Amino acid sequence: MKARDDHDFNRRDFLITGTAVTAATLLPPKARAQDAVKVPASDPSLMAKVSFKVNGEARELELDRRTTLLDALREHLELTGSKKGCDQGQCGACTVMVGGRRIASCLTLAVMHEGSEITTIEGLGTPEDLHPMQAAFIKHDGFQCGYCTSGQICSAVSVLGEIKAGIPSHATSDLTKPPELTQGEIRERMSGNLCRCGAYSNIMDAIQEVAGGVK
Amino acid sequence: MKAFTYEKPRTAAEAAASAASHPGAKFVAGGTNLLDLMKLEIEAPPHLIDVNGLEFDKIEKLPSGGLRIGALVRNTDLAAHETIRRDYGVLTRALVAGATGQLRNMATTAGNLLQRTRCPYFYDSYQACNKREPGSGCGARDGYNRQHAIIGASESCIATHPSDMAVAMRLLDAEVETIRPDGSTRTIPIADFHRLPGDAPQTDTILAAGELITAVVLPPPLGGVHLYRKVRDRASFAFALISVAAVIQKDGSGRVALGGVAHRPWRVEAAEALLPKGAKAVVEVLLAGARPTPENEFKVKLVERTLRSVLAEAKQAQS
Repeated sequence: MKARDDHDFNRRDFLITGTAVTAATLLPPKARAQDAVKVPASDPSLMAKVSFKVNGEARELELDRRTTLLDALREHLELTGSKKGCDQGQCGACTVMVGGRRIASCLTLAVMHEGSEITTIEGLGTPEDLHPMQAAFIKHDGFQCGYCTSGQICSAVSVLGEIKAGIPSHATSDLTKPPELTQGEIRERMSGNLCRCGAYSNIMDAIQEVAGGVK
Repeated sequence: MKAFTYEKPRTAAEAAASAASHPGAKFVAGGTNLLDLMKLEIEAPPHLIDVNGLEFDKIEKLPSGGLRIGALVRNTDLAAHETIRRDYGVLTRALVAGATGQLRNMATTAGNLLQRTRCPYFYDSYQACNKREPGSGCGARDGYNRQHAIIGASESCIATHPSDMAVAMRLLDAEVETIRPDGSTRTIPIADFHRLPGDAPQTDTILAAGELITAVVLPPPLGGVHLYRKVRDRASFAFALISVAAVIQKDGSGRVALGGVAHRPWRVEAAEALLPKGAKAVVEVLLAGARPTPENEFKVKLVERTLRSVLAEAKQAQS
């Protein structure tokens, strides 16, 4: 048998190296206070400055005023966890938290968020330190292609908070009492997050595990 | 999206003044409809006035027993407010029947009233639409109009108003308070606020250019059973085919308003006197003069049956 030498880069090595490189690039970048990406604008008179906090870190951007919060996060801050599914507020893939509340980041402008505190999926947890909702999604296989998943997780976390805070929904039977933690309530409140792969039942399992005691 | 200049005034007076000095300027708060329309260049304001942060974000009880709801109160907060849930339940029910959690967190009271139709011909710049481009025609009239108006429409437009909240506001006899660029204020009864299309469908409301909504006022609570029934193709996150808002008292009297049937919430006070006689009698007056299309004709019967069901539910709730 021919001895392996340094130049014998076989298929197994290729796959191992390739996976390691891909995994490294998929990991969200560690928090850093460096400059945002400078996305060139066609006309300097379209530019504006805005500063806000993202995942606990102060960020300052100079961007075209027409930039949505979603595009600011993805293109300028390279926080590509949030996805652009429809760009019209109808799919929920762009869901992030602003001031502790879930919003559709595609339907708001970056410049409208001076001083805001924004949490994206990257801020909820990391591979080394998963948010319980992320862990539950993995455990219950709550995704297939993964495109809606960031929005699903941000919404799911918010939904449980909204129920706890007593915010009613279409599924709430008695408005004079706090909403109950039921499957119906969770389903209704998650209706703004579409999943074309149809992972809904596993998403429900994941949310129910984190919520605990769902009727 | 067309370019715009942007400012965030610190006071209502500044906002009004800015509207005066920037013809064509639009106010933005939640942005959940405006931004959508701006991306499609259906709206292209040269100047955006961000009114977030102005003082109109409170709900306060009035000496009269009514309620003043600030224009900037988010839909989520309005629906969740204890007084609204307890004394104006139809408003909570209507609010939570609309949109999604994310959108309700962003949308404001005033913005909800001002949202524009979702007619697909309005939304598609390649289609004829008198609302979007006066004089270009109405693609919906001879096109797909299953979801369109059955009453109060005109030759030039058969669009519906998509808001659920507005139907409840109409039912409750809300009043809209505004401030104009010259600083003057006025109060507009909700019944007058939204226009019928007539021959000027491009104008949705009677607001003047640069007029800013500051609050919506509700009269004292009505009591009774509060119901909002929304009939739609999906169980959630869909606009109404038709909706019925109702407040029914123990003696069977009450009020009814419809959504999904016209260019504005549809209420005929004369029809309400017939509530003790049942749905058929009410709808005969409520939808008198209705001119549905072959495709949306079903809405007439659907309104009657839904109202019958709502009245039965009210009776159940009272026993």
